[in-house]
Amino acid sequence: MDESIPSILKNPGAVKILNRDQKLLKWISSVDHKQIGIMYLLLALVFLVIGGGEAILMRTQLAIPNNHFLSPEAYNQIFTMHGTTMVFLVAMPAIFGFGNYMVPLMIGANDMAFPRLNAFSFWMTLFGGGLLYFSFLAGGGPDAGWFNYAPLNEYNYSSRQGIDYFAIGLLVAGIGSVGGAINFIVTIYYYRAKGMKLHMVPLFVWMIFVDSFLILATFPPLNAALAMIEMDRLFHAHFFNSQSGGSALLWQHLFWLFGHPEVYVAMLPAFGIFSEVFQTFSRKPIFSYAIIASSSVAIALLAFGVWVHHMFTAGLGNTVNSFFAASSMLIAIPTGIKVFSWVATMYGGSIRFSVPMMFGIAFLIQFTFGGLTGVAFAIVPIDWQLTDTYFVVAHFHYMFIGGAVFGLMAGLFYWYPKITGKMLDEKLSKWVFWLFTIGFNTTFLIQHALGLIGLPRRVWTYPDLPGYGSMNFISTIGAYMMGVAALILVWAIMKARKNGVAAGRDPWDGVTLEWYADPSSGEKNFDKIPLIKSRRPMWDWKHPDDPDWKRETY
Amino acid sequence: MPRIGFLLQSVLHSASVQSKEINHLFATFTIAAVLLLLSVSVFIVYICIRFREKPGNPLPKQISKNNRIELLMFLFPTLTIGIFLFLTIRTIHHVQQPAKGQPDVIITGHQWWWEVYYPATGVRAANEIHLPVNKNLMLEFHSADVVHDWWVPEFGNKMDVVPGRNNYIWVNILKAGDYIGACSEFCGAEHAWMRIKVFAETDSAFQSWQEANKKIANMPGDELAMRGMLLFQSASCGSCHRISGTFSNAFIGPDLSHVFSRSTLLSGMMPMNEENLQSWISDPQAVKPDAKMPNFIFSKDSVAAIVHYLTQLK
Repeated sequence: MDESIPSILKNPGAVKILNRDQKLLKWISSVDHKQIGIMYLLLALVFLVIGGGEAILMRTQLAIPNNHFLSPEAYNQIFTMHGTTMVFLVAMPAIFGFGNYMVPLMIGANDMAFPRLNAFSFWMTLFGGGLLYFSFLAGGGPDAGWFNYAPLNEYNYSSRQGIDYFAIGLLVAGIGSVGGAINFIVTIYYYRAKGMKLHMVPLFVWMIFVDSFLILATFPPLNAALAMIEMDRLFHAHFFNSQSGGSALLWQHLFWLFGHPEVYVAMLPAFGIFSEVFQTFSRKPIFSYAIIASSSVAIALLAFGVWVHHMFTAGLGNTVNSFFAASSMLIAIPTGIKVFSWVATMYGGSIRFSVPMMFGIAFLIQFTFGGLTGVAFAIVPIDWQLTDTYFVVAHFHYMFIGGAVFGLMAGLFYWYPKITGKMLDEKLSKWVFWLFTIGFNTTFLIQHALGLIGLPRRVWTYPDLPGYGSMNFISTIGAYMMGVAALILVWAIMKARKNGVAAGRDPWDGVTLEWYADPSSGEKNFDKIPLIKSRRPMWDWKHPDDPDWKRETY
Repeated sequence: MPRIGFLLQSVLHSASVQSKEINHLFATFTIAAVLLLLSVSVFIVYICIRFREKPGNPLPKQISKNNRIELLMFLFPTLTIGIFLFLTIRTIHHVQQPAKGQPDVIITGHQWWWEVYYPATGVRAANEIHLPVNKNLMLEFHSADVVHDWWVPEFGNKMDVVPGRNNYIWVNILKAGDYIGACSEFCGAEHAWMRIKVFAETDSAFQSWQEANKKIANMPGDELAMRGMLLFQSASCGSCHRISGTFSNAFIGPDLSHVFSRSTLLSGMMPMNEENLQSWISDPQAVKPDAKMPNFIFSKDSVAAIVHYLTQLK
C-alpha cells in the first residue's frame, strides 16, 4: 500500500469521542477554536429563536386586516429588532461559528492564528447583542428599521434610547466581526498544511477568506455612520438633520455602502458550504473550482459598487441610476455562473439524498428564483414599482433564508456529526427539511403577489382591501410552519446530543481534511498530516489508484 | 392589462403612460425569468432522477472542468444582462424626463398625512389628491419631517419624499377614476396609515373641484356651528390648522377649509363622517396612536359643536 496513506484511515474503528462535558468556566475562559466555534453557533441558535419569535409576533399581527394584537410602537420595535438580530446576531455568528470550527480543520491547522483575539471577538459579539437587547429594559428598543433611515433615527423623531443602544451595540458587535475577520485571513494565509497552496483550499475556506476581506472593508462605513448618528443624538451634531444643514441622504449612502456588501458577507459562506455539500453528495469534484473561487472575488469587489440600487427611488437622477443598474446587473453574472457550476457538479454524479443535499437542491431552485427577482430590482423601472413593497420583502427573504439560512442548515446537518460525534436522527431531520422548506415557500412566495397589489412593507396593519387579508393569512400559516420546524430542529439537536448514534470519523465519505481530523485527540486537531497534493486530499488517500493530483495540475 | 377581477389595484394594471412603459419592460423580463427558472428547475429535477445513487453504481467519472461549458456559463448571463441593461436605460429616460417649469402639484409628506398644493391656482388640500386626466403632470415632493415615499401602483414609479430635496415625477393619467396608494418608506409609528387617494377627473370636473376649493371656507351656518368655530379659534386649533377666511392660518396639520368635502379621514384610515370626527376629536391618541394631534380634553358638548362646525366646511 502507498506509504503516503495515513495509517489512521486504515483503522477507522478506533474513534473516541472528545469529552466536552466541561465545567462552565472552561467554556468562558476557552481560547480553543472548536469551543469558540460551538459558542458562536449556540449564540446564533439562541438569537435565531429570539429573532424567529419576533417574526412570529409580526406575522400574527399581520394575519388579519386592522388587527390590534400589537400596537404600532411595539410592531415597529419588533420588526427593527427582527432584521437587526437576523443579520448581526444570527447570520454573522453562525458563519463565524462554522468558520471557527471548520477552517482550521479543513486546512490542517491546530487552532486559529490568534486564539485570544478569537475569544475576544466572540465575547464582543455577545456583549454587542446583549447591549442591543438591553434597550427593551431601558425604555424601548430601536424603532426605525434595521437600516435606520435619517432623520427618523434622530433624537427629534425617536426620543427613546433604543437607537442609542442600536448604534453602540452594533459598534461593539462590529469589533468582534472585524477581529474575527483578521483572524481568519491570517489563519488561512499562514497555517495551511504542507502542500496546500492557497488555490487548493476547500471552497468553504476560500469563501471565508474572501468574506473576511469583505468584512474588513465594509464595516468602516457602518461604524462611521453609527458614530455620526450618536454624535447627532447625544451632542446635537448635524450630520443627518436636514433642518440644520445635514443630509438625510448621507446616511443612506453610508449605510448601504455597508449594507449591500453585508448581504454578500452573509451569502458567500453559504456558497462555500453548498460547494462542499454538492461535491460530497454527488461524489464528484466541484465543477470548475476556478470559476467559483474567482467569481466570488468578483462579487466581493463589485459589492462595493452597487449600493445605490437600494436608493433608486431617492431621486438621484437618471445618470446615477443607469450606472448602478449596470453594476448591479454585472454582479448577477458571477452569481449566476455559480448556480451553473453547482448544477454541473451534480450532473453525471451519483447523488445521495442526505439531508444536507436536500437543503442544497432546494437552495438551487430558491436561489435561482430569488436571483431573478434580484435582477428585476436592478432593472430600475421595475425597482421603482416594487421596492419598499412586500415584493422586496419576499425577494430578500428568498436570498437570506432560501440562500443563506438554507446554507447554514445544510452546514449544520453536514458538520453536526463532526462537531458532536453523533448523528442527527434522519427521520426528524427530514421532517425539519420538509416543514421548513414548505413553510418558507408558503410564507414568502405569496408576498410577491402582495407587493404586486400594492402592500408597502413595514406597515403594522393594513386596510381590508381585496386579497390583502387572505394572502397575509396564508403567509402567516407558513411562518408558523417554519416555527414548528425550528422547534423540531432544536429538539433533534438535544436528542442527538443525549442518545444519538455515534458518527465516526467520516460519516459522509468526505473528501476534505476536516474528516481526517482525529476527534479523540482533544484540543489538538492533527498530529501529522501527509503532504497535500490536491484539492481533495481524502479522496487521494481513499483512492490511491485514481488520485486527483494525477489528473489535475495545480 | 385591465384591473384583474376581484383586485382593486395592481402594478400590472397600467393607468398612466408611465406605468404602461414600465409594465412593458416588466412583462418582457417576466417572460425571460420564468423561462429561465423553469428550465433550471426542470434540469435539476432531471439530474436528481437520472443521477441518483443506485446500489451497485460505480463511482462517477471525476470531471472537474470543461472549457466550452464554462465559456457558455459566462456568455449566457452576460448576453441576457446586456439586453436588459439596454432596455432599462431606455425606459428610465422615457419615464423620468427632465423637470420643466413650475410643478403642477406640490405634495408635502408629513408624519402621517399628505399636504397638497396647486401652485397655479393656490388651492390647498390634504390626503385626497385631485388630478386631471390626459395631461402630463409634474408632481413635486417635499418633506416636512422624515423620509416618506409616494406610490400609486397603477401610476407606475414611486418616488421618495426626502427632506431637503425637491424630487419630482411625471404622470399622465389615462383614465378617470379613483386610485389608491400608500406611503412606501417607513416613516414612523403610523406609517401604515399614511395612505393616498387620487381622484383622476376630466378637465372640467377638475376645474370645478378647484373652483370649489379656491373659495374661502363657509362661515358657520347656525348657532351651534358658531360655537364650534369660536371654540376652534380659542382652543388654539389654529396653531396647527388652517381654515381660510379665519384667523387659523397654520400649515402644521391638514388644511381644514373644505375638510368635509373629503371622503376619508386621517389619510385613508376611515370614512369621513360625523361619528368618526367626533371620536377623533374626543381622543385622538385612541384613534391614531402617536399622531401629532394632542388630546384637548373637550367636554362632550364642545366636541359636538366643533364637529358640527367642521361638517359645514364643505
